[in-house]
Amino acid sequence: MASHLFCGRVNLNILREAARKDLREFLDKCSGSKAIVWDEYLTGPFGLIAQYSLLKEHEVEKMFTLKGGRIPSAAVKNIVFFVRPRLELMDIIAENVASEDKLKPREFHILFVPRRSLLCEQRLKEKGVLNSFTNIDEYILDLIPYDGDLLSMESESSFRECYLENDQTSLYHAAKGLMTLQALYGTIPQIFGKGECARHVANMMLRMKREFAGSHTQILPVFDTLLLLDRNVDLLTPLATQLTYEGLIDEIYGITNGYVKLPPEKFAQKKQGEGGKDLPTEPKKLQLNSAEELYAEIRDKNFNAVGAALSKKAKIISAAFEERHNAKTVGEIKQFVSQLPHMQAARGSLANHTSIAELIKDITISEDFFDSLTVEQEFMTGVDTDKVSTYIEDCIAQKDPLIKILRLVCMQSVCNNGLKQKVLDYYKKEILQTYGYKHILTLKNLEKVGLLKPQSTMRNNYPTIRKTLKLWMEDANEQNPNDISYVYSGYAPLSVRLTQVLARPGWRSIEEVLKILPGPHFEERQQVPTGLHKKLLRCCRSRRGPL
Amino acid sequence: MAFVTANWNPLGESFYRKIELYEMGWNLKDGLRDCLVAAAPYGGPIALLKAHNRRSPSARPQLEIFSSSGLPLASFPWKSGMVKQLGWTVSDDLLCVQEDGTVLVYDLLGGFKRHFSMGNEVSQSQVLETKIFHSPYGTGVAILTGALRFTLATNIDDIKLRRLPEVPGLQGAPSCWAVLTQDRQSKVLVASGPHLFILDNTACTPVTPPGLSPQASSIVHMCVSFSYKYLALLTDSGHVWMGTSNLKEKLSEVDTKIKGSPKQMAWCRRPKSQQPSAVVMWDGLLLVVGECKETIQYHLEDDSILVPELDGVRIISGTHHELLQEVPGACEEIFKIASMAPGALLLEAHKEYEKESQKADEYLREIKEQSLLSEAVRQCVEAAGHEHEPETQKTLLRAASFGKCFLSNFPPEQFVSMCKDLRVLNAVRDYTVGIPLSHTQFKQMTLQVLIDRLVYRKLYLLAIEVCRYLKTPEYQGVSRVLKHWACYKVQQKEESDEVIAKAVSVKLADAAGISYSEIATKAYESGRTELAIKLLEFEPRSGEQVPLLLKMKKSPLALSKAIESGDTDLVYTVVMYLKNELNRGDFFMMLRNQPVALSLYKQFCKHQEQETLKDLFNQDDDHEELGNFYVKASYKEQRLEARIAHLQSAVDEYYKAKNEFSAKTTEDEMRLLRFQRKLEEEKDEQLVGFSLQDTMTTLLSVGLHKHAEQLYKDFRMPDKRFWWLKLKALAEKEDWEELEKFSKSKKSPIGYLPFVEVCIKHHNKCEARKYVAKVSPEQKVKAHLAVGDVEGAAEAAIERRNESEISTVLSRCSATTDHLLVERLNRAKATVPKKGSSITFTDGTLQSRRLLQEQRSERKRGYKLKRSCRP
Repeated sequence: MASHLFCGRVNLNILREAARKDLREFLDKCSGSKAIVWDEYLTGPFGLIAQYSLLKEHEVEKMFTLKGGRIPSAAVKNIVFFVRPRLELMDIIAENVASEDKLKPREFHILFVPRRSLLCEQRLKEKGVLNSFTNIDEYILDLIPYDGDLLSMESESSFRECYLENDQTSLYHAAKGLMTLQALYGTIPQIFGKGECARHVANMMLRMKREFAGSHTQILPVFDTLLLLDRNVDLLTPLATQLTYEGLIDEIYGITNGYVKLPPEKFAQKKQGEGGKDLPTEPKKLQLNSAEELYAEIRDKNFNAVGAALSKKAKIISAAFEERHNAKTVGEIKQFVSQLPHMQAARGSLANHTSIAELIKDITISEDFFDSLTVEQEFMTGVDTDKVSTYIEDCIAQKDPLIKILRLVCMQSVCNNGLKQKVLDYYKKEILQTYGYKHILTLKNLEKVGLLKPQSTMRNNYPTIRKTLKLWMEDANEQNPNDISYVYSGYAPLSVRLTQVLARPGWRSIEEVLKILPGPHFEERQQVPTGLHKKLLRCCRSRRGPL
Repeated sequence: MAFVTANWNPLGESFYRKIELYEMGWNLKDGLRDCLVAAAPYGGPIALLKAHNRRSPSARPQLEIFSSSGLPLASFPWKSGMVKQLGWTVSDDLLCVQEDGTVLVYDLLGGFKRHFSMGNEVSQSQVLETKIFHSPYGTGVAILTGALRFTLATNIDDIKLRRLPEVPGLQGAPSCWAVLTQDRQSKVLVASGPHLFILDNTACTPVTPPGLSPQASSIVHMCVSFSYKYLALLTDSGHVWMGTSNLKEKLSEVDTKIKGSPKQMAWCRRPKSQQPSAVVMWDGLLLVVGECKETIQYHLEDDSILVPELDGVRIISGTHHELLQEVPGACEEIFKIASMAPGALLLEAHKEYEKESQKADEYLREIKEQSLLSEAVRQCVEAAGHEHEPETQKTLLRAASFGKCFLSNFPPEQFVSMCKDLRVLNAVRDYTVGIPLSHTQFKQMTLQVLIDRLVYRKLYLLAIEVCRYLKTPEYQGVSRVLKHWACYKVQQKEESDEVIAKAVSVKLADAAGISYSEIATKAYESGRTELAIKLLEFEPRSGEQVPLLLKMKKSPLALSKAIESGDTDLVYTVVMYLKNELNRGDFFMMLRNQPVALSLYKQFCKHQEQETLKDLFNQDDDHEELGNFYVKASYKEQRLEARIAHLQSAVDEYYKAKNEFSAKTTEDEMRLLRFQRKLEEEKDEQLVGFSLQDTMTTLLSVGLHKHAEQLYKDFRMPDKRFWWLKLKALAEKEDWEELEKFSKSKKSPIGYLPFVEVCIKHHNKCEARKYVAKVSPEQKVKAHLAVGDVEGAAEAAIERRNESEISTVLSRCSATTDHLLVERLNRAKATVPKKGSSITFTDGTLQSRRLLQEQRSERKRGYKLKRSCRP
């Protein structure tokens, strides 16, 4: 079920199992049959930890979505709320509890994810329902094992919270999550970081380390280095169009919590014959992770190399099916049959990915896609970043999706270390006239977080960064990559470059660039328990994505 | 070593021994006579209440607490009501059950902790008898009331009173009763004459012990084993019946031949016992009964009490403290006279070795020949654990160590940990400490609990030494002890705050995981706020500091600590607390100094209290944010007037903030809204809320060209966008005539390729062709291709001698139909100068751009996915 978590260098299943154990323990605390009322936002992240079957094993019989009014009737003993600690949700819960049938009372429980909150409990108290709850507990879900080499907080609004609203709650959760990680995988001896938020997280971690001092059991460190990077150190990368297979799926259809929803037409069962009437109308939902052999192989390939990989795979699979003609003895046939399920799964997966690749290709060969990619690449190479771009102008005139416009304008701003006031105002005016004046707040927000800014008197230092860190590689090899720049067909993500330099030869060699990038850079060492010091292996390096 | 067996007595197959633990240090005038006595298991303290029967008000009885060795721990006059029973909890607290059902709780040093009641029913009908028992849930109290009903509380830390059902036909007090723990439930077993009943929550069930001797007409005494697994009954005929406590199995029955009522009876059994056995005590006589007919008799000189333990019975008298137990297997094997067990031989071998006699070798050989040497070592180590005398322990351990020399790969852990355990045990058994724990008991109670017990006795130094010696993780060991010490220290009223704070910080400085807030809470509870604040400074967990700081009304400090912790929920908690505590002005002032708290509060207001948000911006003269606030407010309004009013306020604020752009834009917005409304009224066309662009599109689509034109001018829309807009709107309407007119109105700022493309998009090739000729040379090829004119495209491309364009056209030709064309193109392609060779760019940017363009067409080809991959 969680085989994708074993494949990386670190067995992340330990983390998942720890999370599952906590969940089971909580569910068992509410003895008897139960219904879960979900804060809808949480269902996705929870899907990465436990399927419905686990809940069912612990007598969860019904699931509802949290909404006002009365909870639908269900013959269960317990009602369990799975919620984020938010005041508006507390109001809904209070309403639910208050309108419960007094004649057939059910027991109520709350599980706060990822942390219980005094503020919320206070609110429940004010509403006069706090005492209605038998259990109020927290379910610490900070870093969720997403794939064999990836942990994610699955918290989509943290950038907004940190940079726009000055609310650093997610940083606290990040620090807590890293402490959990260290409790399971050993103290991480080296911490590097860049940026204000990274500094804050590291400070909290060191503080928490002191708080927990002595309580940690001795575990040989699995990670040797932790690198914390602020998102605003590298604003460019998320603005650029991703060009790997997985990246394009995300760009076009969006991947949430490991799932993608695709238009169903391409996936219609062809075997049903003539009956073309009942084409599925529900979008096709697919889980994407490394448990699927083929996906693991092609997910990170540049899309241009995916076709070749798929056709190679097709040949291998059809060759494997041909094998049956060679199977003569009973033993050979038995052997063949035993492999059948695996082969059929492989064939199914190939069919799926071929369909997805075709869907994507329809878009990547379009003129539009190509033109916007060209402009992106011009910006990234520093061409004409100081003038109004005709392409953007045209796109606005044609009222292309606003998000596309904003991405391009922000990218130009980032690649030019801010736009000239005249240029910026021109873009703003164009956007407001075309998409409506309400976006004045959108634009202000972009300026507040630094994605968009007027050029100050300082000269444009982006070229310095680009050259020092080799952000642009002319000869990116998409088929057999030897440099990370292949993922954007030329642009090497800044955060990856920072990581590479850190690994060798070290950040001291790029002091100048580090000074240009926002926020402090730092290095901390954490003492590994004395007994383990000698044993400390040079094992894997942890690389955590920017916040 | 013959003396080891001197105090052994045989009973059936096994031996029993009585070891003296202490000569009691107390000096009791009348011994234990006329005293209520309670001694806690696991070598716990002894409580004594003298002369509790005397009811003269002038003479208050004295309550005394002693260690197991008889050293006084506490003593105070009893001032409360008449005590029926004393008992100890699992955490060494003394319970005094009064006649009226009130239970008073004291700590081991006589400090009053709390009291609780066993319910109204008990206080009305008074307590007749009481038993204090230990269950898996903690310490429980069972009471038999004057109304002959039982009331039970299974855990005194979480009192849930249970009144048990009535016993049928019970006239007077039952002859005896006991509390059992079965199926995770506490039950009472009652003997009423010859009948036995089990009382649980719901029912009273009569039971009969299997095979109880028929001579008996009533059961006079009963006792349950330490583990609640076994039950012993004494009948009026003098028979002791032993069996399992579920009354399903009989183990043995022995006739004591004594018919008098005993003072006390207890199980004398240890884990892995060879036989069931119980100890019955009468005046001056102690009897051990087992499976066989014989019994062991001990004479008692003095009034004594029995204290059942996990592995034996302790006998406490006015002068002595002894342990009676079945001789453990390993000891028996080794010390039994003429034993040939491997352990015995090893001990002998070592003895000879010490004497430098060659016999040592003979003994060793004998063990080794049977390959029992490792067994021998194990026996010696185990036996050492069961011996009380350090000398005997040492002898056995030396023998084990000697034997180990002749073994390879013998795991050392057992030996090492036994040495360590014994060292700790000998230390706590010491007369001054007085905890006579056996090794078996120690293992059962765990080190954690032993440390706790030392801490309760305020033996901090010893506790720390034990932790250090056994290398307990700091967090569970030394730190915990230090915390207790500090909590005690802060209650010492005679010392000044500074001295205590300093002493605490110095002692606790290096200890990990200390909870200073707990210590500070203790200080605060004893009325020393200043000291508490000083101590909180040392607390590394800011989260822990905050609630206490709030309790002590140190809110500014609480706020900054909350912020330090990074836990936003904590910050919110303090902020909300402050909001209720302070007046608005002070509250805002305090937030102003704490930007983190302020921005969190703003977030809160944004969702919960919009008006407060405005006040906050006003206070800070943050006109920019106020402007934004009004803009947002305007979108919540349905009525246009209100919307415009809000926008006007926004404009004012933006001007105050010197944000010209925002002000002007918002004015534009107001202008647009007014225009839209006017037009809506005149032309009945839904417009309000549309963007400028959409408004114009709508106008054009309904043919209001003049109005669109006016907006274009009023809002200074760039030509290009206007042209695009109009072009698309007209094409959408398929107003081709107007489109043509428009194209000729003046030179198009967007060129003419869009005209071609838009027409094609609306499937009008014919119209599209009209504009091809007007397209600029650079875009000609594209235009031709768009209308499907490959030949025209070829002409244009060849004329322009552009390699990539020629290639594009080539890719659109099919080799069979356009045979000639393909040839021409190929020829032209060959003559085209190679990139960069003949054309020289003066401008570096231009050059890179050209390169890019070439790359771009290459990449474009690259994006064609091979379709061959379908299986």
